[in-house]
Amino acid sequence: MSWNWDHVWDSLPFLLEGFVQVTLLVTVVSSAIAAVLGLLIAIARRTAPAPIAALLTFVVNFIRMTPIVVQLVFAYFAFLALDALTVGILVFGVHYATYMAEVYRAGIDSVPKGQWEATTALSMSRSRTWRAVIMPQAIRATLPALGNYVISMFKDTPFLIAITVADMVSNALEYGGDHFRYVEVIVLAGVLFLIASYPTSLAIRKLEERIAFTT
Amino acid sequence: MPSPHDLDPSTPAIRFEGVEKRFGDNVVLQGLDFEVARGDRVTLIGPSGSGKTTILRLVMTLEEANEGYIFIDGEPLTHTREGGKRVALKERHRNEMRKRIGMVFQQFNLFPNMTVMENLIEAPVHVLGLSKADAVERGRELLARVGLVGKEDAHPSSLSGGQQQRVAIARALAMDPEILLLDEVTSALDPEIVGEVLEILRDVARTTDITMLIVTHEMHFARDVSNRVMMFDGGRVIEQGDPETIFTAPTQERTKSFLSAVLGA
Repeated sequence: MSWNWDHVWDSLPFLLEGFVQVTLLVTVVSSAIAAVLGLLIAIARRTAPAPIAALLTFVVNFIRMTPIVVQLVFAYFAFLALDALTVGILVFGVHYATYMAEVYRAGIDSVPKGQWEATTALSMSRSRTWRAVIMPQAIRATLPALGNYVISMFKDTPFLIAITVADMVSNALEYGGDHFRYVEVIVLAGVLFLIASYPTSLAIRKLEERIAFTT
Repeated sequence: MPSPHDLDPSTPAIRFEGVEKRFGDNVVLQGLDFEVARGDRVTLIGPSGSGKTTILRLVMTLEEANEGYIFIDGEPLTHTREGGKRVALKERHRNEMRKRIGMVFQQFNLFPNMTVMENLIEAPVHVLGLSKADAVERGRELLARVGLVGKEDAHPSSLSGGQQQRVAIARALAMDPEILLLDEVTSALDPEIVGEVLEILRDVARTTDITMLIVTHEMHFARDVSNRVMMFDGGRVIEQGDPETIFTAPTQERTKSFLSAVLGA
């Protein structure tokens, strides 16, 4: 196996284009959707009437138990009115929302019963209880797991190739096909993923430390 | 809503009428009747599992009775009688009733995500509608009262157990309750700091007319603070009276053996 640096420098702009325009965009927007939707699902499963909560649980499990590629292709052909990138963002957002909902649920359950009782003893409203007492404590407990799902989503973005969205990896494959040289571009794509995800994991750890309840 | 001072002074602050509480098949309280007069300091004593804490939790609406009625200032707390039937009252009514009642827990239950001052002003601002400035001023007064001036910006995790419990007492008082429930407030504390917490509660008892319902194993404290002691066993009151009589001349065999076990230890 030979290594040619020319292919690295030559393909870099093309890969970066796919990275910024698709990989990063999908990760950021879909993470935001997943974080908010996941929270809503978690709260709904705890507060909604039993039949609605049961239905929600079924839907959540259904999404969690099927591969994201299948969901991407299904949504791509089911919602032809939407462009492929929008479908990709929505599917990633909803898919990871179901995982994040489980994380939030565990975080909410980890808040001691005594905290709920204290809010009752202080006559606090339900909404204030969630907002001021339960969520700040639940989210602190869930932050590492949520962050890991963001990184995991980031690494799943190459699946977008299944619905013709050209992310960094698909650009790398295209370059490889044009030049009959795959090794350099694929290694480069891998390194770019690493360069992006490693600092992200460090940033998550920093954030965890910053919001710990100490003086 | 009438102020408690407009009420007939003979209306009891708390009244239990035929209250029954079961957890599954386990009957914790059965046919329980008792009254606590306004301004009374009543200590509940008895072996563990006799339902003392359950009584406090019923008053705070943390638990719901299976049968019977509880009245606060003569008003039904969670259930009322309508045409001979027991009818549950709406959450809105319960929440209004709750505002008259404060509780201090064995495990403090301060909010760890808030500073001491934020713990103190959370409910006064968002429940009672005080301005933040007024709530903070009141918070400072209460901190002075529990001997924690300068701890405004500390987080609960940086305080000792005794300090946390003092903040919890201040937090309950910040709501200006008519009734204060004290649930084994010194049981989680090291013996050498039990005194500092009890001293503050003695001071509250001396300087306010808050009705207190106390569950404690500190018999000296019960004797100092309360004007009535109720001995529980098997989910009912088996003996009650002023602390002097109960502690020195109990009539029931069960009370005698309980007291000699607790005081002898």
